[in-house]
Amino acid sequence: MPEINEPRAVDLPIDPDTSGDRLAGGAHQWSSFLGSRWDVLLAISAGGALGSLARWGVGELVPWSGRDFPWATFIENVSGGFALGVLMVLVIDVWPPHRYLRPFLGVGVLGGYTTFSSYMLDARDLLAEGQVLTALAYVGGSLLAGLVAVWIGVALARLVALPSLGEDRR
Amino acid sequence: MTVVMVLLGGALGAPLRYLTDLFVQSRHDSVFPWGTFTVNVVGSLVLGVTAAAVAETAAPSWVLALVGTGLCGALTTFSTFGFETVRLLEEGLVLTALANCVGSLVVGLGACAGGYALVAAVL
Repeated sequence: MPEINEPRAVDLPIDPDTSGDRLAGGAHQWSSFLGSRWDVLLAISAGGALGSLARWGVGELVPWSGRDFPWATFIENVSGGFALGVLMVLVIDVWPPHRYLRPFLGVGVLGGYTTFSSYMLDARDLLAEGQVLTALAYVGGSLLAGLVAVWIGVALARLVALPSLGEDRR
Repeated sequence: MTVVMVLLGGALGAPLRYLTDLFVQSRHDSVFPWGTFTVNVVGSLVLGVTAAAVAETAAPSWVLALVGTGLCGALTTFSTFGFETVRLLEEGLVLTALANCVGSLVVGLGACAGGYALVAAVL
């Protein structure tokens, strides 16, 4: 018989940032939310600044001509996806709950480190330069590698941090 | 100068994404990740507009560092987009995951390229 507290895949939320939090009320609910969570927003902000700086740093280290494969954005998004997969297993299933950990590392640092807007602008620039095949390889390759990286991150973290999970699972 | 602008933009963009995500997710009941979809499309549009404005005018390069690299980079996210898609697949919601991928890419690229073309045509 499966135990109720057994860590399972379904314990991970779909949305890793809000994870099901809802705030459907009016302005007063938002102002009380901001009043009680301003410190969490600051942690997100600090993480976003650091993650963005790291992303800028990768761009400086791996310059892009505007016509070939945009390796910098590709590397950032794939490595950031892998890291978020690992982090979510640790935060949800392994580490005790902490007020700032997920906001700072997940929403802030990794959200700031990865980017969807540059992914789209790189693709637009490649298409504008007539590099259609490179654009297709970049868009498809980033998507595929990014999803596989998240999946490997989740699976690897479960394997290492939850060694009993495989035996317990029925 | 560039580093300061990236830090500042990132410090603004990340909480803005969190609040937008929370706002959008509180207003629908479907499993489709509309919150992340919204920030990614809006951020792609703003980046396209900004990149065109900087390319077409004599705007200083720090504008792109602040609004593009910092703000739009932190407002949008690939890691959350990827995580949500993988979780939808794990839950067996293959069509929703597929719709998220195709929708985010088509609408995001359309917003970015459309915003760029519009600004380039006007300036």
